[in-house]
Amino acid sequence: MINSFLFANFLSLRLWYALPLVVAISLVYAATRHELMVPILQHAWRMAVGIVGFMSIVFVILFLLEWKFL
Amino acid sequence: MTADKGAASTFESVEVNLKDRFIATVIAWVLPGAGHFYQGRHGKAILFMTCILGLFIFGMTTGGGKVVYASLNTEGRKLAMICQAGVGALVFPAWLQMVHVEILHKQEPLLQGFMAPPRNFNPSSRDELAEWHYDFHFKYEVGTLFTMIAGLLNILAVYDAAYGPVFVTPHSTKMEPSSDNDWLQEV
Repeated sequence: MINSFLFANFLSLRLWYALPLVVAISLVYAATRHELMVPILQHAWRMAVGIVGFMSIVFVILFLLEWKFL
Repeated sequence: MTADKGAASTFESVEVNLKDRFIATVIAWVLPGAGHFYQGRHGKAILFMTCILGLFIFGMTTGGGKVVYASLNTEGRKLAMICQAGVGALVFPAWLQMVHVEILHKQEPLLQGFMAPPRNFNPSSRDELAEWHYDFHFKYEVGTLFTMIAGLLNILAVYDAAYGPVFVTPHSTKMEPSSDNDWLQEV
């Protein structure tokens, strides 16, 4: 069983508070870049994927650091 | 040159009627999305209103309704109100409470304490602000964060109402704009 503070945070649902933030920020930012709804949604999707991907990379790095040094 | 299909979706020629920019800007700040309704841009109005108001209301409920207030006494909270003020009229009760309690020195706040600043402020002991943090734990900070981001996002929406969207331009090597395309036109 993995004893990881990061996984505990993940499973304790605290990180899920980031989901509405990611959605709202992506939609609003994309809406300031386009006028039509389809490009807005396309841009918002790409931005949301990028944000979640970046957060995932940081999560993996922190998890490896915790696993290695703690 | 054949237009790249992926790039074409980001290059759009639309006509945006901004109407009276000053009125649209003020209305957009007062109520998120209202400026775009005034301009007839209903889709974006609904999007801004849903996202920004949704974030703000979610933050308020997560933080127990205590995360938005204005105070002349609490040092660490001034930055939060600077961001939250971007939401406009939704934080007017906080300013009203600050004037009523801290400037006019009234004993009891208005509106049953809604958006009232914490009382008995004492950094060296447990005051009302410390009780809020104790009662709501991390949710108090999450609620504060959500309301701050809602305010900052509304700044973007206000800019969009004032000047229109900042269109993504196609990469010069992928696509050349057609001479028949109309760029943003102001009526």
